Amino acid sequence: MKSLSTTLALSTALVPALAAATPVTFTTQMNSYGGDGAYLAYYVTDASGAYMGSLWMAGGKAKYYQHLSGWYAATGGNTAQVDGITGASVGAGRNLSITLDLQDALFDNGYVLHVDSSVEDMADQPNDVVIPLTSATLGQPVSGKRYVQSVTISK
Amino acid sequence: MLRLLHRWPGLLAMALVLLLSVTGAILSLYPMAERLNVPQVESTLTVADLAKRVQNAHPGVEQIRRAPSGRVVAWWFENGTPGAAVIDPATGAEIGSPDPAFGLRFFTDLHRKLLMGDGGRITAAMGAGLMLLLSASGTVLVARRMGGWNRWFARARGPLSTRLHTELARFAIGGLILSSLTGLWMTASVFSLIPDTSVEPAPAFASASQTPLAFDQIPLFAETPASALKELSFPSPDLPSDTLKLTTEGGAALIDPGTGQMLSFATPGVMERVSEIILMLHTGQGAETLGLILGLMSLSVPVLGWTGFQQWRAARRYGARIKANVKPTLAQIVVLVASEGGSTWGFARTLHNGLTKAGQKVHTGALSTFDPNRFPHAERFVILAATYGEGEAPTAARGVAERIAKLRPAPTAPLAILGFGDRSFPQFCGYAESLAQAARAAGWTELMPMGTVDRQSAQDFTRWSRDLGAALGLPLDLTHLPERPRTETLTLISRRDYGAEVQAPTAILRFALPRKSLWARVSGQGFARFDAGDLIGILPRGSDVPRFYSLASSSRDGFVEICVRRHPGGLCSGQLTELQPGDTVAGFLRPNPGFRPQTSRKPVILIGAGTGVGPLAGFIRANRRRRPLHLYFGIRSPESDLLYGEDFAAWQKAGHLAGLTTASSRSGARHYVQDALRADAEKLRAMLAAGAQIMVCGGRDMAAAVRATLDDIAETAAQSPATLKAEGRYLEDVY
Repeated sequence: MKSLSTTLALSTALVPALAAATPVTFTTQMNSYGGDGAYLAYYVTDASGAYMGSLWMAGGKAKYYQHLSGWYAATGGNTAQVDGITGASVGAGRNLSITLDLQDALFDNGYVLHVDSSVEDMADQPNDVVIPLTSATLGQPVSGKRYVQSVTISK
Repeated sequence: MLRLLHRWPGLLAMALVLLLSVTGAILSLYPMAERLNVPQVESTLTVADLAKRVQNAHPGVEQIRRAPSGRVVAWWFENGTPGAAVIDPATGAEIGSPDPAFGLRFFTDLHRKLLMGDGGRITAAMGAGLMLLLSASGTVLVARRMGGWNRWFARARGPLSTRLHTELARFAIGGLILSSLTGLWMTASVFSLIPDTSVEPAPAFASASQTPLAFDQIPLFAETPASALKELSFPSPDLPSDTLKLTTEGGAALIDPGTGQMLSFATPGVMERVSEIILMLHTGQGAETLGLILGLMSLSVPVLGWTGFQQWRAARRYGARIKANVKPTLAQIVVLVASEGGSTWGFARTLHNGLTKAGQKVHTGALSTFDPNRFPHAERFVILAATYGEGEAPTAARGVAERIAKLRPAPTAPLAILGFGDRSFPQFCGYAESLAQAARAAGWTELMPMGTVDRQSAQDFTRWSRDLGAALGLPLDLTHLPERPRTETLTLISRRDYGAEVQAPTAILRFALPRKSLWARVSGQGFARFDAGDLIGILPRGSDVPRFYSLASSSRDGFVEICVRRHPGGLCSGQLTELQPGDTVAGFLRPNPGFRPQTSRKPVILIGAGTGVGPLAGFIRANRRRRPLHLYFGIRSPESDLLYGEDFAAWQKAGHLAGLTTASSRSGARHYVQDALRADAEKLRAMLAAGAQIMVCGGRDMAAAVRATLDDIAETAAQSPATLKAEGRYLEDVY
């Protein structure tokens, strides 16, 4: 349901010379897990697992970010990483759609999208969804482990 | 306008505080229920044992958490599907669903954010702030009312609502302050206004090549008792360098699953520990008994709200709006008022202003809450006491005379008493007299002989004020201008006429309910809520002194009804009996809670003559529960002045009226109502033995004759009017 158009520091850092950006939509469908709204951190690592940057943070209270343990370990909880790309938490069974302007070079270069999730009084779920950013995964729903049912990336 | 601005937000705040306290009380039950429902870990069990048991049952375990209640929940991911369950730590077996208990999420969301987002959270926090404000100011008020902090646990005095308010406040105030403070802290913590974020251990990586050790080979797991566990996260199978993470009360550690070595460690900061304690105190999670106690305390909030509201209303109604009222602890002269009506309070106001003008430090308050210890600097006490009925105490001051008689030692400051009454009653100023006797019994010095004021006479009052001035050495000469009570306009909708043929012209007058504002309805002001037996004060044209009539209807009937007999030369009865439908009068309501049937299923014997039948007819009309009511009704002639004659048959048919006996003094056997009672003696005795209540309404002579007759009829002392009166089973409304 969310729509946002931004050019990320992430992508410029990745490929400074090339400037071909395309809107990319991330559609997330949540499971009916029977709890409060989920916090979701969307971030990208390279093939070796090294943190490259964040795409989106669903959930406004920085106090709870430490429960997104993969993201937190990678960033040290630095909220500057998600400045301006933060929205509301996503309820059970609900759907979140984010559109971002991303550099084309983000795809087919070994980068991987991770989604960590966390729900109050329930287990933290780092890497609820892990999607290699390749042209082949575009348009294909990728299943999540616990709170996320699926994430679909489309251009 | 200002009043509106004060009133509605006040009510909204009350609604908010009520919501928070009731949901809080409900939520306080959950931690105890959870603790009683989960098996506790054995004291010798270690984290290693627990982890092993869970992993045996669920090889794909990802996380284990232990709540302060002892509830252990495990989450796993196996065969492509996630799972979770409450675990029996003794066996590792699944024993239930980890979903929150029924209603818990709903009430939690309602309690902390009114089912909304941040706006709801902030509103709820404001509610907690209000609660804190009320509790803090209430603490000071309780101390002031009791007469100082060192008298915090002294006996509370006064009418029930006042006493209940004080007692409950003393019981609950500590808990309410604790709950609201901790609630505010938690909200601040959620908004990151408090630096209590838990410190995470520095990221570390496991040596990927090694196969994982058995849990009991990991020193930290083998040493840590399972009861200290908060959370244990297992490494992700997809990340070869991922670590184990153990969180206990002492801190969090990352552990290499291959070597068992602790790779990094972090201990909680001071603020984090404080926040944890506060969470425990507020929720009762980990302190279940305390939680239940706090829940019980917050349940007192609705009662506190209601009794507080009642007091505020009473204070307004009885004109306690005394200007420049000095604090009890500083007052030199203490004026105490025993009255339900506004008129005695009006005199008190005049006295207060006069004494203040004469340079005295004066405190004026209700006699009902009198406690000499509240007035350490009092030099003089003055009591203004109204008398009701046959020398009875006003409802608001019952039991005070008895208390005064027992005062040891009596206050050193001398006492002056002024009684208000009606000289046409045999017990003129009877209540003031019994107060004076009580003071004498206690050995309380008299400042001057008791004064009296007959029928609100301004001259009597002025004379007494000069005497008081002489006794005090002050030039007092007070003129009391009666305040015209705030009246409402009532429009006559119908009248029924009786008695002209027997020289007793009487009318049943029915008025429309005055239109009420929403506020008046909510706060029950004026004619918004009344019962049969309450009084209406009518201000006749050409006089500022109200005449009182008993109401023959309740607000539920949707009209105001009275019975009026025209007295030759009577100003008010003359004007009333001349009213035609559409005409209006000015009137105001005065509650008369002392004349009302007790709530029970036992029979009630109603005895009335003439217009005295009015409130009794009102009780019969309101008797929807078909309690056995027996009416003895004295009239002159059934053909002429049988008031409500048309209604009785219908009420008997509907079961509202069990028995009707009339006695007519000018026809047939020429009976009075007491003769009818005597004829029914057997039946009356049986009813009294069954616990019946007696209510008498009518003229003074008739009431006295009835009392004498019933005294004759009574075979045992237990059935005598005096005993019944003491038990509250014999009520009179006499004029």
